[in-house]
Amino acid sequence: MRKLLFFIFLFIIPANSFALITVDITRGNLNPLPIAVSPISSNDKTNSELEKVLKIKDLGSEISKIVENNLKATGLFNPLNKDAFLQEPDISHVKPRFEDWSLIKAQALITGKVELNETKLRVEFRLWDVLAGKEILALAFTTVPKNWRRIGHIITDKVYERLTGEKGYFDTRIIYVAEEGPKTKRIKKLAIMDQDGFNTKYLTLGNELVLTPRFNPTNQMVTYLSYFKNLPRVYLLDIETGIQEVVGDFPGMTFAPRFSPNGKKIIMSFAKDGNSDIYTMDLENRIVEKITNHPAIDTSPSYSPDGKFVTFNSDRSGYQQIYVMKSDGSKVRRISFGKGLYGTPVWSPRGDLIAFTKLHKGKFYIGVMRTDGKGERLLTENYYQEAPSWSPNGRVLIFYRETKSDDKGEGHSTTLWSIDLTGYNERMVKTETDASDPSWSSLLSN
Amino acid sequence: MILSKLYKNIFLVTLLSLILTACATQKKVAGPELQGDVYTGTDTVKYLADGVPDRVFFATNESILTTRSRETLRKQAAWLRKNSDVNVVIEGHADERGTREYNLALGERRANAAKDYLMTYGISSNRISVISYGKERPVDSGSNPLSWSKNRRSVTVKAN
Repeated sequence: MRKLLFFIFLFIIPANSFALITVDITRGNLNPLPIAVSPISSNDKTNSELEKVLKIKDLGSEISKIVENNLKATGLFNPLNKDAFLQEPDISHVKPRFEDWSLIKAQALITGKVELNETKLRVEFRLWDVLAGKEILALAFTTVPKNWRRIGHIITDKVYERLTGEKGYFDTRIIYVAEEGPKTKRIKKLAIMDQDGFNTKYLTLGNELVLTPRFNPTNQMVTYLSYFKNLPRVYLLDIETGIQEVVGDFPGMTFAPRFSPNGKKIIMSFAKDGNSDIYTMDLENRIVEKITNHPAIDTSPSYSPDGKFVTFNSDRSGYQQIYVMKSDGSKVRRISFGKGLYGTPVWSPRGDLIAFTKLHKGKFYIGVMRTDGKGERLLTENYYQEAPSWSPNGRVLIFYRETKSDDKGEGHSTTLWSIDLTGYNERMVKTETDASDPSWSSLLSN
Repeated sequence: MILSKLYKNIFLVTLLSLILTACATQKKVAGPELQGDVYTGTDTVKYLADGVPDRVFFATNESILTTRSRETLRKQAAWLRKNSDVNVVIEGHADERGTREYNLALGERRANAAKDYLMTYGISSNRISVISYGKERPVDSGSNPLSWSKNRRSVTVKAN
């Protein structure tokens, strides 16, 4: 993960000050912006050298494909078919003939160039406003060649930010639980992948049951539940070194862990004598604090981004509902009052919304409400789905779905899905195996 | 010819209604395995000893012990008193129709309901440990009310 720091950002030309094309992401976009992603150009010498190092024939084209797929997956952009492009990639990058691009209805154009400097990969790109005939963004990145996919993601982040006015979520990873085998003996492993489903790595072997992994704010650590030695406890895993340790010394099951926004504490449930309460443990001084004290089940805690409040799930009213309290455990109040049961509240990184799972009349919903419980909005309905996790910009939710088994117990699967906060653009997130419990990282580079 | 066609039709209708009745009775056979939505059958049940069932079943979202469950647990307690060298683990489970984290807590609550009952019948708490599996280890992998009822359970397992 330290390799993140390898990136050097160079502003070639400062971005133009007056706003030209913009994309509105606050509502479902029925007219995605037509954008031309010209293959990133490179000369034959660079190509043959890169092919030796990476075993990839035309790296520039591959990087632009990543950008194209990312943009398409947002539902906000419509990357145009390359067959219709009239101008050569290398010439477009220097001086696009805007008439040619507007002829194919492109409103924005992305061009670029790949070079190999000694052993470092250098990629520059430019974003052009076709109608205004202007360059509106130009950047270059240098990194080790094996980080090439991340360059595609970073370019997408910069384009998305320039055109929507909000940070992107492409140079990110998803940690999740990879699943296989029959339901009664499911094997579960921690897995991590890029946001677009590439570079999957398995972090545990599947010898013990693992559940609910979550990143810390710097994405270097993960907290999760492991049944190691048949003792369900919250663990901490350093992704880079692979070192794992138990969090605290609790005489019973600890579960439902998450990091505090500054990464210094873990908040979780501890179950004892049939009662689950919420606790925190400070990772530096190991001090444990009991936050809730109630004979009902209190679980699924999640901090507000400023760390001042915690939302959690409790059945103190008789059924599962969502509550908010101050982070010291005071001023507890129920915020969910709609019909049905509510679980897995998770605070938006923007601070204004809480996403949740709702069960009503045998159907499961992913929804959002304001932090006072008002303005409940259900985004998607399904046979089974739960555990939303926010994209770092708070615009997209990832969650998992489970399909019904037949009466023989077969035909069951678990998959990851994402949906925009608008309720539009629902799509399956591809994974190598069945998958559940996704958690979205923050932006890796910034 | 017309008459024979009519007879044929009557025969078919009779046959069809017989099949339908048969189906209806077959459905009724499955009925008594549920009381409310608590499983009362013996399909998945194992035995700690002759006549000592290893598990009790719960209603959706509940951890209350039914009359039948208490009867099972009294049998377990009697058997444990006779076999004082045996320690047990009580595993608490939930069905798949609930959020994962809440179900972990619910499984723990169910296992403890069984543990508490064994304790009131004289079994020392240091002979009983509990573990919750939430919805992670169903015994029946079907997605229907009967399968779910078999999975809402706490199971007493010999630990040594």
